[in-house]
Amino acid sequence: MRIQNREELDQIRDMAAAKVSSTKCRILICAGTGCLAGGSGEIYEKMCELTKDCKDVDVEFGAEIAHSEKDTKENSNVDINKDIDADVDKGESVSGIEIPVAVKRSGCHGFCEMGPLMRIEPLGILYTKVKPEDCEEIFERTIKHGNIIHHLLYKQDGIEYPKQEEIPFYEKQTRLVLKNCGHIDAEHIEEYIAVGGYQSFAKVLFEQTPNDVIETILESNLRGRGGGGFQTGYKWKQVARQQEKIRYIVCNGDEGDPGAFMDRSIMEGDPHKMIEGMLIAAYAVGAQEGYIYVRAEYPLAISRLRLAISQAEDRGLLGEHILGTDFSFHLHINRGAGAFVCGEGSALTASIEGKRGMPRVKPPRTVEQGLFAKPTVLNNVETFANVPMIIEKGAKWYRSIGPENSPGTKAFALTGSVKNTGLIEVPMGTSLREVIYDIGGGIKGDAKFKAVQIGGPSGGCLITPHLDVSLDFDSLKKMGAMIGSGGLVVMDDKTCMVEVARFFMNFTQNESCGKCVPCREGTKRMLEILERIVAGKGTREDLDLLDELASTITDTALCGLGKSAALPVMSTLRLFRKEYEEHVVDKKCAAKNCTALRRFVISPERCKGCSKCARNCPVGAISGQIKKPYVIDDSICIKCGACESACAFHAIHIEA
Amino acid sequence: MKYMTINNRKVAFDDEKNVLSVIRKAGINLPTFCYHSELSTYGACRMCVVEDDRGKIFASCSEVPRDGMVIYTNTPKLQHHRKMILELMLSAHCRECTTCKKNGDCTLQNLAKQLGVSYIRFENNKPQIPIDESSDCIVIDKNKCILCGDCVRTCEEIQGLGILDFAYRGSKMQVMPAFDRKMAETACVGCGQCRVVCPTGAITIKHNIHPVWEALADKNTRVIVQIAPAVRVAVGDKFGIPKGENSLGKLVAALRRMGFDEIYDTDFGADLTIMEESKEFLERVESGEKLPLFTSCCPAWVKFCEQKYPELRANISTCRSPQQMFGAVLKEEARNNKKDTRKTVVVSIMPCTAKKAEILRPEHKTEGEQDVDFVLTTTEVIRMIKEAGIDLAQMPWEAMDMPFGLSSGAGVIFGVSGGVTEAVLRRLVEDSGMEALNEIKFTGIRGTDGIKEAVIPYGDRQIKIAVVSGLKNADELIQKIKSGEVQYDFVEVMACRRGCMAGGGQPVPIGARTKAARYEGLYRIDDASQIKRSNDNPIVGELYEGLLKGKEHKLLHNNSDLPQAK
Repeated sequence: MRIQNREELDQIRDMAAAKVSSTKCRILICAGTGCLAGGSGEIYEKMCELTKDCKDVDVEFGAEIAHSEKDTKENSNVDINKDIDADVDKGESVSGIEIPVAVKRSGCHGFCEMGPLMRIEPLGILYTKVKPEDCEEIFERTIKHGNIIHHLLYKQDGIEYPKQEEIPFYEKQTRLVLKNCGHIDAEHIEEYIAVGGYQSFAKVLFEQTPNDVIETILESNLRGRGGGGFQTGYKWKQVARQQEKIRYIVCNGDEGDPGAFMDRSIMEGDPHKMIEGMLIAAYAVGAQEGYIYVRAEYPLAISRLRLAISQAEDRGLLGEHILGTDFSFHLHINRGAGAFVCGEGSALTASIEGKRGMPRVKPPRTVEQGLFAKPTVLNNVETFANVPMIIEKGAKWYRSIGPENSPGTKAFALTGSVKNTGLIEVPMGTSLREVIYDIGGGIKGDAKFKAVQIGGPSGGCLITPHLDVSLDFDSLKKMGAMIGSGGLVVMDDKTCMVEVARFFMNFTQNESCGKCVPCREGTKRMLEILERIVAGKGTREDLDLLDELASTITDTALCGLGKSAALPVMSTLRLFRKEYEEHVVDKKCAAKNCTALRRFVISPERCKGCSKCARNCPVGAISGQIKKPYVIDDSICIKCGACESACAFHAIHIEA
Repeated sequence: MKYMTINNRKVAFDDEKNVLSVIRKAGINLPTFCYHSELSTYGACRMCVVEDDRGKIFASCSEVPRDGMVIYTNTPKLQHHRKMILELMLSAHCRECTTCKKNGDCTLQNLAKQLGVSYIRFENNKPQIPIDESSDCIVIDKNKCILCGDCVRTCEEIQGLGILDFAYRGSKMQVMPAFDRKMAETACVGCGQCRVVCPTGAITIKHNIHPVWEALADKNTRVIVQIAPAVRVAVGDKFGIPKGENSLGKLVAALRRMGFDEIYDTDFGADLTIMEESKEFLERVESGEKLPLFTSCCPAWVKFCEQKYPELRANISTCRSPQQMFGAVLKEEARNNKKDTRKTVVVSIMPCTAKKAEILRPEHKTEGEQDVDFVLTTTEVIRMIKEAGIDLAQMPWEAMDMPFGLSSGAGVIFGVSGGVTEAVLRRLVEDSGMEALNEIKFTGIRGTDGIKEAVIPYGDRQIKIAVVSGLKNADELIQKIKSGEVQYDFVEVMACRRGCMAGGGQPVPIGARTKAARYEGLYRIDDASQIKRSNDNPIVGELYEGLLKGKEHKLLHNNSDLPQAK
């Protein structure tokens, strides 16, 4: 049903909120990609099944956990309850009457390491690593009787954390953009409206001029979250002042950095927030058409966005005459075919136009001639998701978060050798130490921290001396790294930095569009050299050649991706030159990572002479006499490690 | 006037569209592979990088010049980068220069020499890709491709065909037709413009040199050669003869020394074409049918029309092209000549690669015999002259053989866009005085525009004419004609921009200055010619009374039941 005006929007918000709060128990099962892969779909089915006849069940939470306050909103007269009704609601869907249990699929909670996750409201309990066979117990003990199931709680340093918000991983975060992720049902627009969704858009639509909006965004100093850190307000302003009246809003959801999934989580967990941001942008610059460019590798995000768009269209929040005004905005989804380079603005617009995704020379810039050669606002998902709250709470409020030049929060995908991997959001300017140790819980296996790779294939490394540096656009740039879209890979001393550089170069080379010579041929040659080095065939001259190639690529490549393609190598070469030199001169890999540089050694003290290793060696490199220590012939050994795993006495080890 | 500082020297600039143009205007020839002023800026080769006063490096081809800009074009950093880029390009390129058709004419080779690249530190480990020789006109050797995209953009932006595009990404990228089809299986019209812009030996002309040498060496073969108009102003290019200078007499001398038995002028064929086409045009004007009449001289255009606008095929003149008319006449003459028992081979020297395909078309066989046996492009003839050890510049001026060495100025200007139209108009005007001929020059059919229009009074009516060159222009014009937006009686189409003098078989590079010189060269020859109008060529009259009598249709026209193009 279409919402005809602002009052109706408010009514729906109130009713939806009332309905949410009148639900005695909400079970939010994470349906982010990670948890889905962990079986959360099955858990959802099971919980639905179990709560099917909930009407008769007396849901009574035990004294163990205090009830949170519930305020039931006034009943509304408008009969729109049917629309609010969600398919999984159990019981009467009339606000004011308590619904015993609602099972919902939420977006990503971020704590992917501990998935599948289940949050139970209003208690705020977070169950971790839930299995389908736990469902019955959860239903019987927690839902019916309010008892906590201890073995499903998150534990850290011997402390149990029943409430999600108290878990250090969450406690240290400032979740603003990701606020709703994991807390609302992403597949129902009413849940978003219930938490104040589309209010910011209504505010600008009914109270502000487009110029007011641009001024607010400018004043907030919101900077693009896609990597460049360009001022969003300035971009909008440039588009707004173009002569051409047909303008486009494009959302870049082509999140291609390996291991990064901030944008995916927003699209899956809170798609309307991003859509609202795009609506505000469209209003500000006078655009009537918008495109969301999502990678085809995000099928869940695509289906949630499709659903979100159709629900918003049904509600009259997208399409013609939005909220009864003259403002119209149509939103389309374009699926990318999986090219990293299509994250670059001009390649992305070319791809939407149906052309080969290759960056073009600039000028003209996207703000002047972007999509279909029309002025285009191109921002990424997270940037758009920041907009509604800036409008809601004001530019000043926004600038109070984080440092002056990089205000707001930033979502990071925390991965690698850190205890709590997952999706986090912290104010800009937070130190790496806080991220790794406070939120991330420190290095896995309590190994030694070595470095953080930030910004993906376009980024660089940060090491121990950088642990206390503020994470923001400018500080990172100064250190030869970049925020990029927010991938944070933590590495311990078992990581070989040459291999890290090779990994990223391999990625860049595979993803280079092939247009300009430095990127196409240069990255290929850099990769060849790095492959040579990890294979133990590198020379000192190779290191100089790497430097030389890196400088040409950085200085002369056509697009931003090309220009930054050599950064992971340059950064590791600068910070870990000794490691590179060990590889090429001593043919050693201290991290014991590089297969070709491993040397398997049988320690004579431990070897019992059982011959098991020799029998397992596929190339006959091990010889010896029974009951006497065996030896490995290095010239034959292919470093497969079969002997090491075969040895029952741990007598075989890798010598760095 | 605005100024920028280039290498510490103040340079004035006006409305140059990029910094590169200003730099070149200042006399510094910054190297480029992918920049052509007629094409969109691609910015891929990165050779034209410059440095500004803050040390920022950018490609000058894609930067708008600003007043007060300070740039350097040759700092050590830039020198290093350019060399490195070139080294990278060469490292992924076939390096068998000595056996390459493009040896000596290759931009990549020349730049390597110019910049002093003395080593290549990377191995060429690209897998070898088979050479595509399926086309009758061009040969594609992807192993020599540097992916500058010039061919892709020329085919798309100038010719509107888009036969070639990029496939795969990163270092696996290739230029290829859709689905990696063979060129012969595509809609390629053989214009060879991709070959004109290709800086390396990746796209070259399909050579027919060898069989021509064989024929020349055979005592029992009479080899007749016809020389197309646009050849004479281009063949001197590689012999130090100034651009655009008429080298016809020298070429005749060289061909004689190479053993060609009879040397004639395709201009004569052009004169025949004018006679027939004018007649046909007047008939159509009278009957009001099949208008506009499209010219048929350009085989690339004919193929394009057949493929894209088969419904307009009937509008194309039934006249054969000058090459084919002439070939048919020569072969007919040979068939009639019972005294000479030698086998007759007709070779034509053309500025065009599409002509190679034209001679193979089924309708260009008379009595089961190909009217023209071999087409040599200007570039191949240069190759042959060099192989024969002849320096064209040193040749004496020799005359063509008779009778078909005599031709009109109207035939000469077939080599430039607008020439066919002008020749037709000269035939049509009643007044044969110099003044009337001069007036035709200024009707709007001369000049460099891609689409030219003129309205000429003829009798009691106005004849509306369009002259178009470049297939994209032609395509646009046709769409306007079809939509009824414009209306013409006569449309001259040349597939190559500015006409045959910039054809796909001409010696490269064909820059703006070369084009201008060839253009002027052809009109100069016309100015100097004794006979201005095709119908004033006495040999033409004789031929109509003799050999052609009753055979006009057989020899000069395509039969109406034309087989469709393959």
